[in-house]
Amino acid sequence: MDLFTYGFMQRALIAAVVTGLAAPAVGTYLVQRRLALMGDGIGHVAVTGVALGLLTGTSPTWTAVVVAVLGAALIELIRERGHANGDVALALLFYGGLAGGVLLTGIGGQSAARLQQYLFGSITTISVSDVLATMVLAAVVIVICVGLSPQLFAVAQDQEFAQVAGLHVRAYNLLVAILAAVSVTVAMRTVGLLLVSALMVVPVATAQQVTRSFRTTLAAAMALGCLASLGGLVVAAFASYEARVAPGPTIVLLSLACFAVTWPLGVWLRRQQRLRAPFASNLPAEHETAGAHSHQHGPDCGHVAVRHGDHVDYVHDGHRHAVHGEHYDEH
Amino acid sequence: MTEPAPVVLRGVDLTVHPGQFVALMGANGSGKSTLVRALTGLLPLGHGHLELFGTPVHAFADWRRIGFVPQRTGAGSGVPASVWEVVASGRLTHRRLLRPLSRADRDAIEEALEVVGLSERARDGVSQLSGGQQQRALIARALAGRPELFFLDEPNAGVDLPNQIALAASLGRLKARGATIVLVAHELGPLASLVDRSVVMRDGRIAYDGSPLADHAVHSPGFGEAHTHHHHPEHPEQGHRDHLPRVAGPLESRERP
Repeated sequence: MDLFTYGFMQRALIAAVVTGLAAPAVGTYLVQRRLALMGDGIGHVAVTGVALGLLTGTSPTWTAVVVAVLGAALIELIRERGHANGDVALALLFYGGLAGGVLLTGIGGQSAARLQQYLFGSITTISVSDVLATMVLAAVVIVICVGLSPQLFAVAQDQEFAQVAGLHVRAYNLLVAILAAVSVTVAMRTVGLLLVSALMVVPVATAQQVTRSFRTTLAAAMALGCLASLGGLVVAAFASYEARVAPGPTIVLLSLACFAVTWPLGVWLRRQQRLRAPFASNLPAEHETAGAHSHQHGPDCGHVAVRHGDHVDYVHDGHRHAVHGEHYDEH
Repeated sequence: MTEPAPVVLRGVDLTVHPGQFVALMGANGSGKSTLVRALTGLLPLGHGHLELFGTPVHAFADWRRIGFVPQRTGAGSGVPASVWEVVASGRLTHRRLLRPLSRADRDAIEEALEVVGLSERARDGVSQLSGGQQQRALIARALAGRPELFFLDEPNAGVDLPNQIALAASLGRLKARGATIVLVAHELGPLASLVDRSVVMRDGRIAYDGSPLADHAVHSPGFGEAHTHHHHPEHPEQGHRDHLPRVAGPLESRERP
């Protein structure tokens, strides 16, 4: 347990917690707007920002923030214009960003290993000033994502309604893009630019298997993201005694494992919902009796109970039985 | 880079008076949805002038007086949302930034759910509702802002008859409270009895504006017998002129019939 007494490990734990909370918070809005891969695109653009920092000798975290925000604003602009070939324009931006970053790193005389710290994360080498920057940026992201959730939810849910309600839809869309850019750079040191999107999207996908409302999805995604990044870091740290286990991929794989566990539960819940779905309100005119039926339906009989007007139906092999005196009616 | 927008509406002159229930009708592509989107400020006007409550639309800021019910588009977004949350977003016209919901907000949301008959489904996901129930949830969302003027875009589209009747009952309660309602519809169905004034669109123009028309009369060239005010008095017998480009056969004469 003395692993946790090391300074680098404590810094890593702090970075993991704030990243795990911030990335899924923005990710929820991206998934809601069906822009799940936007984080990935911003991550590619941010590579150029990191390289600029390495080239000029300034902090790569801050140059990455600036370049990622500019890139995100540009992506949002292209998206909003609704160009017929908008996705192609986005692809140009993504690969321009990645290629530019790799090229600039070489020109700056930095090794590929230095860039790799940012591409795949290197949470255990994070410096004190980087931890502070990460904490401040993550706090901003979380406060805005939670504090403005009614507005951001409305804009992402129904843009036209939000506009007629007097909200500045463009400003909110731009805000989400900028928040995504900031959280990409926050997560850069934890899971790396190429895996950022996973931490933004996978916890949301996991949460929505079991949730029915937006707020619980947001909260559950943040909790799952935090759990995955903390758990992944600790697993990787202990596994490192045996083999070289990088925390970034461990965090991502752990959150994917959470999804794999939750998915069958989601399938089952959705099936239950379909069984409970209301029938058309016009009842069958004739009185249809179920055939010989030895089973006694009741609150604990295991069949799904559905309230139907003044009585309860039990779902039985895809049809519904209602108690009627000594026998069951088909409803 | 951007192509000039096609002209969709021409020569539209429409004044809606407080307390009226106006049905905007017409065939698909006649411009009725475009008109309602222009009236709400969603589409820019190429030419002309639009006032909301006497204020030019570009200066209009009192959006809480307007309730918009857009066309229902599938199950919606990528993340689940409960009926209550969707309806709660209708209160945004009254809420300040970073403030929690007030007692008044919660009461308005409860009341809106009650008017459309969805109180019991408040905690359920929107995507679990049937099409007609989703439509009622969108009406409750507009209702939660307690607006004076409602715009509804095809609330009846893809809704089964029992839900259309429930919808008509909800709108009837709004009308009884004195709300002004502008409703786009292809067919009125159970809503017909609520309508005070029918406006029929054809090819981006108002072809009829007057007393309520039955569904079948809207699509007949002379608007049945009930017409009180006709916008094409010079060709009353010609009826509907098709604006589609004509494709002539090679041996046909060049003259139009």
